[in-house]
Amino acid sequence: MLSDPDRYEYFPFLDRPRITWPGGARLAFWVAPNIEFYELHPPLGPGRVPWPRPFPDVLGYSYRDYGNRVGVWRMIDVMAKHGVRGSVSLNVALCDHFPDIIKACNEHGWEFFSHGVYNTRYLYGMSEAQQRRIIRDSIDTIRDKAGQEMSGWLSPALTNTDETIDLLAEAGIQYTLDLMHDDQPMPLKVRSGRLISVPYSLEVNDVPLLTMRNASPERYAEICKAQFDQLYEEGADNGMVMCMPVHPFLVGQPHRIRALDEILAYVTSHDGVWLATAREIAAWYYAHHYDTVARALAERRRAA
Amino acid sequence: MPVADSYFDYPFRGQRLDHERYRHQTLFTRRPVQWPQQARIALWITVHCEFFPLDMANLPFRVLGAMERGYPDYWNYTLRDYGNRVGAWRVMRLLDRYGLRATAAFNSDVAARYPELVHAVTDRRWEVMASGVNMAKLHVGGMPPDEEKALVAESVSTLRRISGAPVRGWHSPAHSESDATLDLVAAEGVAYVADWINDDMPYPIATRSGTIHSMPLTHEWSDRTLLWQYHQSSADFTNQVVEAFRVLYGEAAQHGGRILSVALHPWIIGQPHRIRALDAALARITAHAGVWNATGAEILEAWQRQAAPP
Repeated sequence: MLSDPDRYEYFPFLDRPRITWPGGARLAFWVAPNIEFYELHPPLGPGRVPWPRPFPDVLGYSYRDYGNRVGVWRMIDVMAKHGVRGSVSLNVALCDHFPDIIKACNEHGWEFFSHGVYNTRYLYGMSEAQQRRIIRDSIDTIRDKAGQEMSGWLSPALTNTDETIDLLAEAGIQYTLDLMHDDQPMPLKVRSGRLISVPYSLEVNDVPLLTMRNASPERYAEICKAQFDQLYEEGADNGMVMCMPVHPFLVGQPHRIRALDEILAYVTSHDGVWLATAREIAAWYYAHHYDTVARALAERRRAA
Repeated sequence: MPVADSYFDYPFRGQRLDHERYRHQTLFTRRPVQWPQQARIALWITVHCEFFPLDMANLPFRVLGAMERGYPDYWNYTLRDYGNRVGAWRVMRLLDRYGLRATAAFNSDVAARYPELVHAVTDRRWEVMASGVNMAKLHVGGMPPDEEKALVAESVSTLRRISGAPVRGWHSPAHSESDATLDLVAAEGVAYVADWINDDMPYPIATRSGTIHSMPLTHEWSDRTLLWQYHQSSADFTNQVVEAFRVLYGEAAQHGGRILSVALHPWIIGQPHRIRALDAALARITAHAGVWNATGAEILEAWQRQAAPP
């Protein structure tokens, strides 16, 4: 085990090279719907027991299933109303199980990136060869069944290994969302090729806010708007990224859907916000900023 | 420990679910249903009368409301028992004032210990639903089938005997089932279960004793989840119940009748400082035209008369 992920260098927040976004936007705002499949009777691997209750965990399973039967449709409607596209954190087996959901997302111009095969199959304990199988399955399934070239990655159920990030770069993946260390994209240290992190969030993520920090829908909306206000203000000096991860089984509930509606209405009422997908943010960053930031980091190394 | 090759087997990966109990079905493409009285919302109130034994073991998992202190935990035992002595009656008086009927979901131990409460329920033409034996006797995967069969039989037969009611609904303590629960309750003549929280409307479930139905009992905006698990304020409870109503009521205009489940645990909502949160929610909901109050069995019957066959 390592005492540090050893994937990025310290790079103080102030006095960095200026990041700009298309059209002079101050903030790149993106929404990450996590569209997931949890299995009722998953196999047991090393490292994590999938459900808190003995199988079948009817409560936990049916809670998530609500997202795919009901919640996702409410979420798609509200996002379309505000012209906000999703970048879907996808358990890729969902392409096989529920092609109707994949089709609807594609019709709205949404992006798909991999969140593993199922949310009940973890990377813990996998060899590099085994992780390559998951990455390959993801790329192939998203190409063959969702019609997209996959650009990004969020480890299934946020299970990582020390090597995963190297394997993503090796497979030609453009960005990972597994690191929460920054509000801007960042170049990462990898064995071969190149890879960046794009900001994801566990702070304005509906799972921890609603189910661990016990936020009411009003409080949830308030927190997301506060996150936006601060990043929007700072974006006047240096372009920022705000990611809002959502789960259809949570925000797609009737007592909560208005919170999403209110947040998106608030965000889209501002000028200077780039409503992007994660793939677009990564592509822009590689084209305009990767080299500059990499140079700045190299200079810091030389000076040290 | 390395990961076995079998970890990469995906036996159900295809256009289907990973079990045979029900089919995947999107809510918004189903045939609309029409409730009696041209109503947009069927208002289904459930009052959960629970018994938490003083000597309960928190195995194989701890249920919300379980004992949490050293034995004998009078603090938690008596606060739960308060629900059956005081809280349930306070809830009943409030619902009477609105002329509302409910489905009472009983742990059968409550009926055996406090039959007056069951009689008060049947006197009001409320429905009696079976909810296991008590909050310590969980239905869980891996339990001996005979043991579970006896639990189901005890719950249903005790409640039928004391109430004289048919008992057509089942709700497992803590929404917990084994792989056999659905088969066992169907064999006892139960018509619907309210454990699976994956829908806002009924849907058919396959069992070894024929098709039964799942009814959309809320877990999300129940008093237990919002007030006990999430420690939210009474006003937050009112607002979320009313907001669920508002959204479902709105959808009903386009998609056909919807169900609003209001799930109440008298040991929580029946406290003096909380009961007005329920009052406030009911006042705002019943102020609308097009609200049909009914029991679970009545709602299912109306749904079955017109819903598409599975």
